[in-house]
Amino acid sequence: MGRRRRKLLFGVLLLPAVAAGALWWLTKPNPWDAAHWQGLGEPDVANGEQVFWAGGCVSCHAAPRAPEDQRLVLAGGRTLKSPFGTFYPPNISPDETAGIGNWTLAEFGNAMTRGVGKDGEHLYPSFPYGSYSRMTAKDVNDLWGFMQTLPKSANVAPPHDLPFPYNIRLALGGWKLLFLTDEPRADVNTADAKLARGQYLVEGPGHCGECHTPRNALGGFEEGRWLAGAPNPEGEGRIPDITPGSKSIGNWSASDIVSYLETGFTPDFDTVGGSMVDVQKNMAKLPPADREAIAAYLKALPAS
Amino acid sequence: MRVRAFMLAAALAGLGVTAVTAADEPQAVRQQLMKKVGQATGALSGIAKGEKPYDAEIVKASLATISETVKVFPNHFPAGSETGMETEASPKIWENMEDFKAKAAKLGGDAEKLLAELPADQAGVGAALGVLGKDCSSCHESYRLKKD
Ligand code: HEC
Ligand code: HEC
Ligand code: HEC
Repeated sequence: MGRRRRKLLFGVLLLPAVAAGALWWLTKPNPWDAAHWQGLGEPDVANGEQVFWAGGCVSCHAAPRAPEDQRLVLAGGRTLKSPFGTFYPPNISPDETAGIGNWTLAEFGNAMTRGVGKDGEHLYPSFPYGSYSRMTAKDVNDLWGFMQTLPKSANVAPPHDLPFPYNIRLALGGWKLLFLTDEPRADVNTADAKLARGQYLVEGPGHCGECHTPRNALGGFEEGRWLAGAPNPEGEGRIPDITPGSKSIGNWSASDIVSYLETGFTPDFDTVGGSMVDVQKNMAKLPPADREAIAAYLKALPAS
Repeated sequence: MRVRAFMLAAALAGLGVTAVTAADEPQAVRQQLMKKVGQATGALSGIAKGEKPYDAEIVKASLATISETVKVFPNHFPAGSETGMETEASPKIWENMEDFKAKAAKLGGDAEKLLAELPADQAGVGAALGVLGKDCSSCHESYRLKKD
């Protein structure tokens, strides 16, 4: 074997190892520095409740078909269909064994904003941390405080039903590398406090884009199609475009949008339907100024 | 040649028939019924928001329209009308027809209760709309699919 050949062989062997090492480093779970979750003080539980409704945790984490008065028991177990398989959101009640009662604020916060689980594993983005990543540490702290006040449940949700390769958590690091950001999704005038608030609610806790933005084959948002409407992941039908270019709501005024979020009625006296029903119920629990901020932000978006 | 002409004629005749009866197709009929329910709801909403003065006759007529219309509404979902004519009906209706009918009956029943104890002022109409609106969205949540 000549020297050139040996060098070449060495390179061929080494390169993938370096690449794999770099890939591992780039895609390993990436929680915040401990300091991010320190010094936040006593949580403001009343604000935590508002964050809880804005975040819509109940829609995914309440037990399936839970009656109205049991919806605050975050027992988990409903089915969540996606193109990648079926997810069963876990129990996130304050129960110490079945739920997340023994988690620290940092563990909870890293799950919410970085998609990192208690044991340092990657979480699936069907838990919309790709939006929650924009939440402030204060809001996460307040939310955590509110969640301690909720009832416990001993329920254990079934494991997710995902085909290979989607059942491999390690691979989620690649998804995060490509798609997980806390950058703004749209360019709006954030000097306007109302628009800034609307942007925070829609792009962050409200996670409106998770349903209203179309995805590419890898499950990331399509470039330049923010809130422009998407196929319904549950099967037939479409989730509507909610930018000013929308065929259905493009001609709604900001106050039409506010009133839809508050009452569920459209300006032509149709009512909200599908998975938006839960979202609307949650929006109805926010202060009026928040619904106005959301409407102002939607009207300020570029038309699709 | 004769066969082709015959087939063409038959096809055209078929087209003619669907064009003439489009408005009688179950999909069109039920959409029309829902529009009627929507209009009646709109009349109530105008009063609730104070855009129109309270008028007992209008409240009564609107509630009656809603209750009568949803009674016949579930009759317009025969097999074969699952798709077409831009229907927004979900295929789940045909899998859970009994539940679908129960949701229609719930709205009908609530409208009748309100007719028996007619809301007496603007605030009363607002409260009534809150009740009815939940019935609408509880059915639309499971059984109507937006298509655009
Ligand atoms: C769209 C559905 C959805 C919504 C909305 C949602 N979650 Fe989840 N959540 C999930 C799924 C699915 C998982 C499981 C992810 C996994 O196994 O990797 C999860 C996991 C979690 C976990 C990690 C639990 C564990 O045992 O590892 C926490 C904590 C959590 N969610 C909190 C919340 C909070 C708080 C909210 C509201 C602000 C919320 N979730 C809203 C779907 C959702
Ligand atoms: C779980 C998925 C989901 C989430 C999250 C979601 N939406 Fe929707 N949204 C829908 C669906 C489905 C519809 C269609 C409703 C229907 O069938 O009547 C809809 C409809 C709407 C409409 C009315 C559009 C029309 O054409 O009727 C508006 C406005 C809207 N959503 C705003 C929002 C905002 C603002 C948020 C975030 C706070 C949000 N949505 C979050 C699923 C979602
Ligand atoms: C029993 C179920 C059910 C109930 C209750 C119900 N709807 Fe509907 N609604 C539907 C279905 C299904 C469609 C879609 C019909 C189609 O496209 O074939 C629909 C469609 C509509 C439409 C669109 C009609 C069109 O094609 O333009 C309006 C408006 C509407 N509903 C208003 C209401 C209002 C307001 C209420 C309550 C007062 C209500 N609905 C209660 C099932 C229901």
